[in-house]
Amino acid sequence: MGFPDRIERTVELAHPPGAVWTALTTAAGLGTWFGNEAVIDLRPGGAARMRWSHGYAVDMRVERVEEPAVFGFTWQIYGLPEDDPRRTYVEFTLEPAGAGTRLTVVETGFAQLPEDIYRKAFDGNTQGWASELAELAAYLDAA
Amino acid sequence: MPPDSQAATAPDIEAVAEQVFTALADPTRRAILAALASGGPATATDLAARLPITRQGIAKHLALLAGAGLVCPEPGERRRVRYRLQSAPMQVAQQFLAALARDWDGPLGALKDHLDRSARPPATTPPRRARGHHG
Repeated sequence: MGFPDRIERTVELAHPPGAVWTALTTAAGLGTWFGNEAVIDLRPGGAARMRWSHGYAVDMRVERVEEPAVFGFTWQIYGLPEDDPRRTYVEFTLEPAGAGTRLTVVETGFAQLPEDIYRKAFDGNTQGWASELAELAAYLDAA
Repeated sequence: MPPDSQAATAPDIEAVAEQVFTALADPTRRAILAALASGGPATATDLAARLPITRQGIAKHLALLAGAGLVCPEPGERRRVRYRLQSAPMQVAQQFLAALARDWDGPLGALKDHLDRSARPPATTPPRRARGHHG
């Protein structure tokens, strides 16, 4: 079947790396072409967040900041529960190409599965709702 | 694969995803999983009452689903075995789907447009467009 772990795209942009860097790493840039609203603390370990007008929002963690060549962040895998610790890593690489920029984006980590997380998911979920419902029942009984 | 095998090695996630998709490819198994997801744990008899298939047919599919780790048998009332949906394999399959659903071409096209638009007047481009969303 081939579990896809890595996605890669390269685009040629007719703008210098500095302009591309600004679009990728500032709230004004990210909140315009990517999300509809963004905040970013541009330093390794810094938090960033994008929101879309249809209501979806995603939290990111800045990982690499090497102006104007490499910008990397991790974010949650779309569709998984919010408390799921799994994240994919996105890295933008900017290379000068004539007067413009060759931009490469690589996203990796879709196929990650640390054993302990899997086991926790397996063991935890069996309890999950059952124990929450049991707690609710106990709460209601006590009332 | 089973939750009780503590000494098991890391599961082959591709095999896990494949079992989920194989399970979902069959309409009866889809109906069983959907019934467990929406109604919670149920016995083979409960499921046979709700679905247009014999109890024997249900039992056969439940055995296959249990073998794949997608449902987990547990003791129920009156010594009947109840089956509970196991979400971990579904989340593995979701990872697979997330990779397929990831659309970088949309956002990268929007980035190109954004740079072209903002190249002349260097700052603001007020009308925000809902292009290229996450996922």
